[in-house]
Amino acid sequence: MAATAQEIAAAIAAGQRRAVDVLDEHLAAIGARDGELHAFNLVTTEHARADAEAVDRGERPGPLAGVPVALKDNLCTRGIPTTCSSRILEGWRPPYDATVVTRLRDAGAVLVGKTNLDEFAMGSSTENSAFGATRNPHDVTRVPGGSSGGSAAAVAAGFAPVALGSDTGGSIRQPAALCGVVGVKPTYGAVSRYGLIAFASSLDQIGPFTTTVADAALVLEVIAGHDPMDSTSIDGPAPSLLEVLDHGVDGLRVGVVRELLGEGIAPDVRARTEAAAEALAAAGAKVDEASVPAAIYGLSAYYLIAPSEASSNLARYDGVRYGLRVDAANTAEMNTATRTAGFGPEVKRRIMLGTYALSSGYYDAYYGKAQRVRTLIIRDFQAAYEQFDVLLSPTSPTTAFELGAKTADPLSMYMNDVCTIPSNLSGDPAMSVPYGAGADGLPVGVQVMAPALGEPVMFRVAAALERSLA
Amino acid sequence: MSEGMRNGWELVVGLEVHCELATQTKIFCGCRNVFGAPPNTNICPVCLGLPGSLPVLNEEAVHLAMRLGMALGCSVEPSIFHRKNYFYPDMPKDYQVSQYDQPINVDGSIELADGSVVGIERAHLEEDTGKSTHVGGGGRINEAERSLVDYNRAGVPLVEIVSRPDITSAEQAKAYVNELRAILLATGASDAKMEEGSMRVDANVSVRRRGEPLGTRCEIKNLNSVRSLVRAIEYEAERQIDVLQAGERIVQETRHWDEAGGRTRPGRSKEEAEDYRYFPEPDLVPVEPDDAWRQRVRDELPLLPAARRARLATAVPATAGVALVVERGLDELVLDAITAGGDPGRLLTHAEHNVLEAGALTAESFAALSRMEVEGALTATQAKTVLAELVLTGGDPAAIAATHGFEALDESDLASTLDAIIAENPEAFEKLKAGDGKVIGFFTGQVMKATQGKADGKRVAALLQEKAKS
Amino acid sequence: MPEITRDDVAHVARLARLSLTEEELDLFTGQLAAVLDHARDVEALDVADVAPTAHPLPLRNVLRADVPGPSLDRDEVLAAAPAVEDDRFAVPPVLGEEP
Repeated sequence: MAATAQEIAAAIAAGQRRAVDVLDEHLAAIGARDGELHAFNLVTTEHARADAEAVDRGERPGPLAGVPVALKDNLCTRGIPTTCSSRILEGWRPPYDATVVTRLRDAGAVLVGKTNLDEFAMGSSTENSAFGATRNPHDVTRVPGGSSGGSAAAVAAGFAPVALGSDTGGSIRQPAALCGVVGVKPTYGAVSRYGLIAFASSLDQIGPFTTTVADAALVLEVIAGHDPMDSTSIDGPAPSLLEVLDHGVDGLRVGVVRELLGEGIAPDVRARTEAAAEALAAAGAKVDEASVPAAIYGLSAYYLIAPSEASSNLARYDGVRYGLRVDAANTAEMNTATRTAGFGPEVKRRIMLGTYALSSGYYDAYYGKAQRVRTLIIRDFQAAYEQFDVLLSPTSPTTAFELGAKTADPLSMYMNDVCTIPSNLSGDPAMSVPYGAGADGLPVGVQVMAPALGEPVMFRVAAALERSLA
Repeated sequence: MSEGMRNGWELVVGLEVHCELATQTKIFCGCRNVFGAPPNTNICPVCLGLPGSLPVLNEEAVHLAMRLGMALGCSVEPSIFHRKNYFYPDMPKDYQVSQYDQPINVDGSIELADGSVVGIERAHLEEDTGKSTHVGGGGRINEAERSLVDYNRAGVPLVEIVSRPDITSAEQAKAYVNELRAILLATGASDAKMEEGSMRVDANVSVRRRGEPLGTRCEIKNLNSVRSLVRAIEYEAERQIDVLQAGERIVQETRHWDEAGGRTRPGRSKEEAEDYRYFPEPDLVPVEPDDAWRQRVRDELPLLPAARRARLATAVPATAGVALVVERGLDELVLDAITAGGDPGRLLTHAEHNVLEAGALTAESFAALSRMEVEGALTATQAKTVLAELVLTGGDPAAIAATHGFEALDESDLASTLDAIIAENPEAFEKLKAGDGKVIGFFTGQVMKATQGKADGKRVAALLQEKAKS
Repeated sequence: MPEITRDDVAHVARLARLSLTEEELDLFTGQLAAVLDHARDVEALDVADVAPTAHPLPLRNVLRADVPGPSLDRDEVLAAAPAVEDDRFAVPPVLGEEP
């Protein structure tokens, strides 16, 4: 078992290990296996060495000092290519760091590289990357999930104990489940989006991949908290999570969401979810069935809202100021030639879907209506949280599927997000905890959901689930 | 008035005026809001719309927008921002953050100098775009080989003021723009310089036969001065009347004012109308000024031009010169001089005709001067000379008059001088008796020569008329 | 709502500055129609008296002080630009005036 971030940080802080040695170990692991897995778009060896050396000189103290961290390649890193796994941003070096990157640096973290994703975070398998798919470390014929497949695989393969991803419809939690690692989507607004290249602004959140619940708590304590550069950032400090992990679940009310255990859920996944519910009951929780009726409309609302916001967020990729330019006789033709060459088919699909849903005559029926359905979902969650402290569901309907299995039919790919999407729409926090294996021996993840700002209770339950497997 | 206007046609004009707010920094970022800086030196990730950037609203922009709105008689409402989506190279994000159906200021009106009232539909906040220059092929947009974009202006805060279509002549349009500028300057909201682009005017023009419903309108852009505004409206009105009188229909379109050619031209054809796909800006939250903030803004409102005109009008006998005097900023001086015992009629006349700027002129000396005139110690012409010196170097009017050797001629000296001149010019006197008013000037000139300017011109004319009758 | 047509897709592609081949037009029309068809379940919902959610958070009046902050180094920005002339971003000529 690779060392956790907590173990590494403690050992370095105690002078038992050197950051450069920790780094070299991880670089060796990357070198040995990333050729096969393609978790990384870029390994930042020189930067990492400089970071680690500075830690060893005592110049970079902090809770993550010397801990190797991988970053999804849609997080801006100054002077380091940030591509969103798209040809349209190939080679682009941002002139600034994302806030989360600054916070990780300030905590002493060592950045080892930028990880692969579905292009512009649009997808559930990382097969939409313009630079080739990432493979699941548990079975290289299978997908790692998406869109943060590279980050999930990097942690699962031991390339780094911590990786950051982004979650708009499940893009942290679903790959976490498929790769057998912990993945957290915080409350909307808990982690600054400044420097996260936007997909759908009212849904996007950054969060950690780790091998343990405690590591995720540690990272979240570092990256969360108010940011004046993000108007949608919650006005308060990061939550205290490490201190609650051992509090247990005695007397907590756990609701298993009926609507998210429907017929689309594979039997082995359902079995693991039920096992998790039983484990919590055995640990003292009051477990019952919960209902969030409007959750069944989540997929539909999401596939109207997210592409609409994306169609606007991606308009700036026009060949004028940065990134790819394909020249033409006039600006409009240059925009068109650039975007046609630079975007892959899924991105184009979603841009057109979003443009349509916002267009004159259709706004009320599509985008407008979806925003109202969103309100229904929020209300149903609020009602459920009056009866329950946390909610439970599978994270993904199935274990990791084979590369190429769902690429022909976009709709079948979208179905992967049916359990994760509702909490993006509500803005409430949710996390995936690895909970055993499916019938095929592949990892299964269980999703714990909590009300807004309910990270403490969510982590308490996640920690209890983790303990129940030990 | 053009011939068309006389033949039962009415002109209907609405004006859209964009004003750059006088803030230190841009609307969503801390880049400086200054005119004339070297290209692309006041840019940052936010105003350049770099991937991952986010807007944060400038408090002063909201404050000034509220002040301007209140000065325009608007009601200040809770408001949100919307995205207006379209592609253009001077738009860094290829959408403009603006306000759509929930703007900050609605339903106001302004009273013009001539007493007419023009309704204000709304005055909302939005961000400015960058600026393109067109290179090659003579510098005109339709012959350019390439365009060069400077984003210094991108993100400067704008208030767009939309009038109701209450304007019925080009002259009234001019008066509206002048009044608006005066209000902008009085409130400090903007420096309103059309030549620097901090105030830009577009005109919506339509015509109709008296009693008929509103005609189809055309939007006229590229009006770089008030003079262009007047010429363009007059041209466009004629053009539309010609079209309608020929039995054809007006095409609703955007037209550009061609200053050199003295005509409006259709905008170059686009394949289809723009669909802006407005939706609420997800990266910003609503603005709801509380009562305390509103009161602070109200307390800061200066005395506006219309109120100053009203105030001056109640203190002086004639209203003809009031607007001009207020425009020149001399109303307070006149009012203070009246308080100091000056003659309102003389003071107003001087302020209207003989003083551009107060300079060294004080209320006390101004008052004293006017009293010397009404007491007959100075003629109007002599007073003008003294006044000019008071403005230039200050001093005491009586002392200055003495230095010049001014004293009004007494009545009997005047009569005898006049008699002498009449005796020398019998033919002219016959002409006067026959009703030829032009010879008055001749006689007056002769009297002035004979008395070294000490005669009062009006008195001479009056005496002449008496003698002509007798 | 009516089903999305090939013409609709061609229209939104133009609005979004994307050019599609004939085959792509057919393919995308079918795929988009399938997604929108799936979204028909929300069509039946009566949400007329439900307010839309633009933000999951109840934040209001998030403002910054009107104080200058650092700007970017022009050279760093222009270095990333596809074409530069006279310290400005160069683009092919624009057809049509700003809307």
